[in-house]
Amino acid sequence: MTGMFAHDALLVSLFAVLFGAVIGTLGIRGHRQDWVQLAFGSVYANFVLVTIATLAMIYALVTHDYSVSYVAQVGSNETPLFYTVISLWGALEGSILFWAWVLGAYSTAVIWINRKRAGNLVPWAAVTLLVVALFFAILLVWPANPFHSVFPVPSDGPGPNPLLQNHILMAVHPPLLYLGYVGMSVPFAFAAGAMFSGEVASDDWIRISRTWTMIAWGFLSAAIIAGMWWSYEVLGWGGYWAWDPVENASFLPWLTATAYLHSVMVQERRGMLKLWNLNLMVGTFVLTILGTFLTRSGILSSVHAFTTGTIGYYFLTFIGIVLVWALAMVGGVSDKLKTRGHLESVTSRETVFLFNNLFLTAFMFTVLVGTLFPLVAEALRGVKVTVGQPFFDKMTLPLISALIFLVGVGPALPWGSASRDVLKRKLLPPIAGAVVMGAIGLAVGARNPYAVLIFAFVGYSAFANLREYWIGMKARHAAHGENWGLALTRLVGGNRRRYGGYVAHLGVLLVALGIAASQSFRREREATLEPGQSITVSGHTARLKEVWGRQEPQRAVIGATMEVVENGKVVATADPRMNFYPTQSAPVPTPQVISSISGDLYFNLMAFDQNGSHATVKLIVQPLVPWIWFGGGVVVLGAIIGVFPKRKRRTVPATARQPVPAVPLPLPTTGGGEA
Amino acid sequence: MSKRNWAILVAVVLVATFGWLLYGGLNKNVVFFLTPKELLAKGADGYDVPVRLGGMVVPGTVQWDEKTLHLQFKVTDDSGTVLVHETGAPPQMFQPGMGVVVEGKFGRDNVFQATNLMVKHSNEYHPPKPGEKPEEMYKTLIKGSTP
Repeated sequence: MTGMFAHDALLVSLFAVLFGAVIGTLGIRGHRQDWVQLAFGSVYANFVLVTIATLAMIYALVTHDYSVSYVAQVGSNETPLFYTVISLWGALEGSILFWAWVLGAYSTAVIWINRKRAGNLVPWAAVTLLVVALFFAILLVWPANPFHSVFPVPSDGPGPNPLLQNHILMAVHPPLLYLGYVGMSVPFAFAAGAMFSGEVASDDWIRISRTWTMIAWGFLSAAIIAGMWWSYEVLGWGGYWAWDPVENASFLPWLTATAYLHSVMVQERRGMLKLWNLNLMVGTFVLTILGTFLTRSGILSSVHAFTTGTIGYYFLTFIGIVLVWALAMVGGVSDKLKTRGHLESVTSRETVFLFNNLFLTAFMFTVLVGTLFPLVAEALRGVKVTVGQPFFDKMTLPLISALIFLVGVGPALPWGSASRDVLKRKLLPPIAGAVVMGAIGLAVGARNPYAVLIFAFVGYSAFANLREYWIGMKARHAAHGENWGLALTRLVGGNRRRYGGYVAHLGVLLVALGIAASQSFRREREATLEPGQSITVSGHTARLKEVWGRQEPQRAVIGATMEVVENGKVVATADPRMNFYPTQSAPVPTPQVISSISGDLYFNLMAFDQNGSHATVKLIVQPLVPWIWFGGGVVVLGAIIGVFPKRKRRTVPATARQPVPAVPLPLPTTGGGEA
Repeated sequence: MSKRNWAILVAVVLVATFGWLLYGGLNKNVVFFLTPKELLAKGADGYDVPVRLGGMVVPGTVQWDEKTLHLQFKVTDDSGTVLVHETGAPPQMFQPGMGVVVEGKFGRDNVFQATNLMVKHSNEYHPPKPGEKPEEMYKTLIKGSTP
C-alpha cells in the first residue's frame, strides 16, 4: 500500500520535472514569464513529491513493511531503530531516492532564493536542474525502484549490511557526501544557465555559483574526512586512506572544486580564466556523476557497490550526454569570453593561483588515471590489475608538498605585482615556521624526505596564514583602538570569504600534519596473549584482561578487554570486538581506539580461542591521528565562515576591507548571491 | 614566435611531460591479479614482483602457529598450486576450501610471501551456507562468561 502510493508519487514527479523542463524551455524561448513560473513551480512540486516518497520509505522501514522490496532487502525485525532509519541510504535504491531528495532540496532552495532575479540565468538553471532531476526520476521509476511490491510478504528481512550498521558514522558520512556531491549540481546548473542565457559574458552570475560551490565544497570536505574516520574506526586495518577507487571517487570532484574556489577569485579580480572556470564547474559535476557511477554500478567491488544491474548503463549514457553537451556549449561560448585583465607580474597572487590550479588539476588527472586504469586494462586487454598505493604515493607526494607550500605563499602575495621589498617582507619570516617544524620532524625521527618536507611546509604555511590574521588585527587595533577580540571578529566579519579561506587553510595544514605524522611514525605488532600477558608497541603496554562473549538481539559479540598499563597502573581499557551477524558468514571486526591529543592506540581483535584461554590482538600506535579529524572540522569551519551571509555594515573598516570589483549589478540580487 | 604560440608550446610540453610521468608510474606500479596457474606459467618473470594471487585454500594445508603467528597454506585453482607464507592471524572465518586473495611476492624458493590476506566474499553478503556454522566458534564463550 505504502509502496504503490510512494511509487505513484515518484511517477508523478517524473512527469512534473519533464513538464517543467519543457515548459521552462518554451517559456524562455517564447518570452512567456508565466510558463517560466510553471517551471519554477515544477521544481518545488518535484521536491514535495520526492519528500513524500522519502517519508513513505522511512515509514515503511520503521514499520517493517516487508511488502516494499527495499525494506525486504535491508530491513530486519532485530535491527535497532536508529540503524533502521539510516538504512535509507544503506543500499542502492534507497541511496538513489535520498540523492533525488537532496537534489530536490538544493534546487528548491537555490531557485526560490533567486526567483526574482531578472534575465534568463535562473530560468535556464532551473531547466538544467530539472533535467538532472529527470535522470534520477527515471532511475527511481525503473531500474532503481525501491517500491516494488513483494509477494508473499516475508515476516522478517536480512537487515542492513553488517558493515554499515556497525558504527554511528554511518549516519554522518553518507548524507554529508550526498550534500557535497549533489550540491555541485547547482554551480553546474548556473554555468549552464549562464551559457544558455548569454550572461556568461558578464561576471555577475559567478557570485551565485561560487557561494553554492563553497557550500557543497564544505559538505564534501566534511564527508571525505568522515569517510576516512569511518574506515579507520570500522574496517580494522588501522588506516584511513588506501587510494581505494571509492575514496578516489569522492576526492576527484573535491580537487576540481578546490581549484575553482581559488581560480574564481582570479576571474573576479582580474577578469581572467573565464573559460577555465566554466570547464572546472562542468568537470566537477561530471566527476560527481562519474563517482556515483563507479560506486553504484557494481563495476568496482567494495562496500559501496551494492548490486550489479543495468543501472551502470543509465549512468554511462547520462555522463556521455552531459560531456558532449557541455563541450559543445563551452566551445560555443568561448569566443564571447573576453579576458579583461592580463598577468602583470610573475610575483603575484594570481600566479600562485595559476600554479595552485595546475597542481590540483594534475592531481585530479593522476588520481583519475590510477582509478580508471584497471577498468580500461580489463576492458581492452582482458587482464586484471590493480594500481597500488606506490603509484599514488610516488605521483602525488610532490604535488601535495608543492600545494602545501603554496597555501603559505598565496595569502602572502598581493594581487597585481609585488616589489622585491614586499616579497622579502612577506615571504622570508614564515621560513622561521618551516625551520621549527622541519627540525621537530627530524628530532622525532622522520627520515623520509617527503615527510620532513611536508612538516617544514606546514610550518611555513601555518606561519604565513596566521600572520595575515595578525597583520589585519594589528592594523585594526592601531586604527580603531579596538581590543584584540573585537579586532579579530571585525576583521573576519569584514571579509568573511578571505579570512574563512585562511581558516580552511589552517584546517588543511592540520590534516596534512596528522597524515604525515601518523604515516611516518606508525608502529604495530600482533601477538597471541593469554589473560595477564601484555604487548608493547613504541613504549605503550597493554595487557589482556579477559576474553568474553555476549548475545545481543541482532548479533553475538566477542570481545577482548585490554588494559593500558603505565607504571604498573591501569590508565585506560579498550574492548576490541568481533560482531557475528546471523546473516553473515564472516564476523565484522570492531576495533577500539584510545585517542589523546598526541595520538591513538588502536586495538583490533584478530583471533580468539573458543574457551577464552587466549586471543590474538593487534596494537597499532599512530601519533596525531585525531588531528586529522580536528583539522577536518577546522576546514568546515572555514567554509561556514566564508559562506555566511554578510552582516549589515555597521562600521566601515578602514584597512580590512578589500575593494570589491565594481561590477554593475543589473538588478538587486537576493541573499543567495552574496558571499 | 608570438606570445600565444609560446603559451601553447609550454602547455604542450607540460602535458606531454605529465603524461610521460603518469605512464612510467603506471608501468612500474601495476599489480597483476593472477591465479596460481597464471603465476606459475610466468616462470622466472613471476618471481619477486608484487602480485595479487587469487584461488581456493587447499583443505588440509592450513598451519597456524599461535605463538609465532606464522601462517601457511596452499592456494589452488585446480590446475596449479602455490604455497603461501604469511605472518599474522588468519581471519576468523578462514576456512579450507574458501576463496582468498593474497598480496605479496612469489620468491625464487617457490614460496609466496604474502603481506596481506583478504578473504574473498561477494558483496552480496549471504546467510551462512549449510556447513558454515559461525556460532560454533563463539557459543562456548557466550555461555561461559559475562562482559
